[in-house]
Amino acid sequence: MMSVHYETKTYDVLVIGAGGAGLRAAIEASAQGVSVALVTKSLLGKAHTVMAEGGMAAALSYVDADDCWQAHYKDTIRGGKYLSNFRMAELHAKEAPERVKELEKWGAVFDRTPDGRILQRPFGGHTYRRLAHVGDRTGLELIRTLQDKGIHCGIDVHMECTMTHLLKDGDQVAGAFGYWRESGRFILINAKSVILCTGGIGKAYKVTSNSWEYTADGQAMAMKIGAELIDMEFLQFHPTGMVCPPSVKGILVTEAVRGEGGKLANALGERFMKNYDPERMELSTRDIVAKAIYTEVKEGRGSPNGGVFLDISHRGADYIKRKLPSMYHQFLELGDVDITKGPMEVGPTMHYTMGGVRVHPETQEVLNVTGLYAAGEVSGGLHGGNRLGGNSLSDLIVFGQRAGQHAAEFAKQQTILPKINDEEVKGYAEELVAPFERDSKAETPYQIQADLQELMNNKVGIVREEQGLKEAIEELQVLKARAKVARVDGSRAYNPGWHLSHDIHNMILVGEVVARAALQRTESRGGHTRLDHLQPDNEHWRFVNSTIRLNESGELDVSTYEKPQMDEALRDLFEKSDELAITQSKQKI
Amino acid sequence: MMMSLGVVDREFHVFRGLPDADGEHIGEVKSFTVPVQPGWVVLDALLYLQAHNAPDLAIRWNCKAAKCGSCAAEINGLPSLMCKTRLDHMPLDKPVLVRPMRTFPLIKDLVTDVSWNYEVNKRITPFTPYNDDQSTWRYFQEDADRVQEFRKCIECFLCQNSCHVIRHHRKFNHFAGPRFLVRLASLEMHPLDVADRIPFTKEEAGIGLCNITKCCTERCPEGIRITDNAIIPLKERVVDRYYDPITMLLHKIGIK
Repeated sequence: MMSVHYETKTYDVLVIGAGGAGLRAAIEASAQGVSVALVTKSLLGKAHTVMAEGGMAAALSYVDADDCWQAHYKDTIRGGKYLSNFRMAELHAKEAPERVKELEKWGAVFDRTPDGRILQRPFGGHTYRRLAHVGDRTGLELIRTLQDKGIHCGIDVHMECTMTHLLKDGDQVAGAFGYWRESGRFILINAKSVILCTGGIGKAYKVTSNSWEYTADGQAMAMKIGAELIDMEFLQFHPTGMVCPPSVKGILVTEAVRGEGGKLANALGERFMKNYDPERMELSTRDIVAKAIYTEVKEGRGSPNGGVFLDISHRGADYIKRKLPSMYHQFLELGDVDITKGPMEVGPTMHYTMGGVRVHPETQEVLNVTGLYAAGEVSGGLHGGNRLGGNSLSDLIVFGQRAGQHAAEFAKQQTILPKINDEEVKGYAEELVAPFERDSKAETPYQIQADLQELMNNKVGIVREEQGLKEAIEELQVLKARAKVARVDGSRAYNPGWHLSHDIHNMILVGEVVARAALQRTESRGGHTRLDHLQPDNEHWRFVNSTIRLNESGELDVSTYEKPQMDEALRDLFEKSDELAITQSKQKI
Repeated sequence: MMMSLGVVDREFHVFRGLPDADGEHIGEVKSFTVPVQPGWVVLDALLYLQAHNAPDLAIRWNCKAAKCGSCAAEINGLPSLMCKTRLDHMPLDKPVLVRPMRTFPLIKDLVTDVSWNYEVNKRITPFTPYNDDQSTWRYFQEDADRVQEFRKCIECFLCQNSCHVIRHHRKFNHFAGPRFLVRLASLEMHPLDVADRIPFTKEEAGIGLCNITKCCTERCPEGIRITDNAIIPLKERVVDRYYDPITMLLHKIGIK
């Protein structure tokens, strides 16, 4: 048996994940005067946030004076098909402007308005021009600004370190256990509070814009210590990913292409969005545009490589190179297409997990686990049934800040560190090294991941139906069994095969959560489309969110809960046409 | 540029190894054949190898879209991003040689220890605006343009790897390298910033060691004109401050 020795570090607050939410949380916690560890699977500054392109939504009202937090709130609620947590959406809309300005204070250089302020661009589902941006590399600006701020805040950053298990002392979180990727040695971080900022689940899908890290770690770890996952049937398939050549399929094509005037057309040259959302056309919400593209392709009006055409060339080469430089280079270098001269081919790609860990809307504390917090994509609530473009980056900084503040306050109230159960930890260590001892003829986890991705894409993808979902759940059990006997070659030093041998369990577990949540919701709404229930079923599903937890025998319990009501004052913001959707009837569902 | 049609078997020579106690690259180049599909980049082939031939092959990568800068390596001797180097743009009859960045200590196979870069960054004075009243802050796109070019940097560290001051002369303790001269330039040229980083640029960042061979500019995957737009203007500021007789005099009597 290999060594299961581990080192221990202690902190007040442990932040897992160093994307926008994790960095912002760590900066805030540190500002409260507590000791903070920030752990990341990658190098600092490489988290998936870096790939965000179009901008961050905040009602700064620099470009459109009429914009206000109430308008942003309404857009978010409508875009989320009224399933968002109303309180989170309110806080988000109110606090986003302050958080964006704070980035400028810390050195971010946004594109400018003619009068020298932060420029804002239009985006799908936003009534006003609202997205603060830097060309098409806003995520890079966000992460670099936070990174350069964070390194001067006294935060201990542990790079290339993977946390695999959350630890508990009674009902309270006690820290996390994992390994250094470089050496493979084990590390335990004992902390008074823990903030999960681990992102989404995209790598369970074949066609995705997500990077390798998106392996559902936070969702799985939190569930295993009692947390609930909500709204997991709602996945965002971004309408525009690259489709050709096959090796780049899924790479994101920013919504800013449409924000800057890009037009979608099918193989017949028709601007087909007029048949799906004639008012908003290309700037409709992502769920609608993605389904429109899916339908065009399915009905035989797709482009040669199975997508549709997106054309921005009418804006002229200079403008395109200035406002969409990454897109220009991405298509030229990876796809042999000059987007200043002609259209690009695009199609839907798995992009974002709307659902996630159920948290308190103000403190971000995870329901059922004292001292555990979650912010960013790993948490659920803000985006409901569909996220508006630009609301993710603002989500990170608004709720990252809140999680950091509340986790630090909680830590300060604790006089002693929670206790660690050494036997439990040794058990996790043994579980992690077990694959090295297995049959050398067994398969590696790579093939299992490829099969999982194929399965999720085909049966739990942009459209679902009962039969396919039931099959997917059965096939996931087979994958689960295969993952339990997968082998690992080589040593523990920087061994991606070994890393995947653990991550694969997280992806399969959370893949099943998505499938079961999708099976439960017998209607179509936002990022969840059921071919066997094509319409929204308002009578049964308008006011309920889904929730899934692991029960004591390790099975998934699926159920629903009724949304909290919207505040009376906020209800007045909405028009008659929204009324049915936001006003809950007294009748029990 | 034409894409090759169909799958083609191609030979790859990939460095595999571990460091010695000093981080030296100890190992050997192993040969693999990979069925390469049209449009593939080098990283596609290496991920194929991981999945089929060498499950423990160490590669560092994240986005596979040239946005994160994680997958820097040396491909046929040229420091490059693996996710951006197209195989159909390389000669078909020759094997593709992939080695780790030579300048940094080895961790394993194609992964190197780049932590030195993060240490350098910590020593740079952060953004320091001229006042705290943000409502008064105004600057224009023309001012932003200059700084935004530098802020495109994705920290792949290919420039650091290519710079002979670091690569050959090993001046890790005396020179910040092109990446951090770019960072210094982005702060010094920020329209709202008032901190003075010129003494740091001269003494600790060792800008005088750069003799503008432009290797960094040539290898920058973001096309940042590192030498012309960042380093030379910074050199000029250092020269103005320290070697221009009139400025020196004014400085001595306390006028900046």
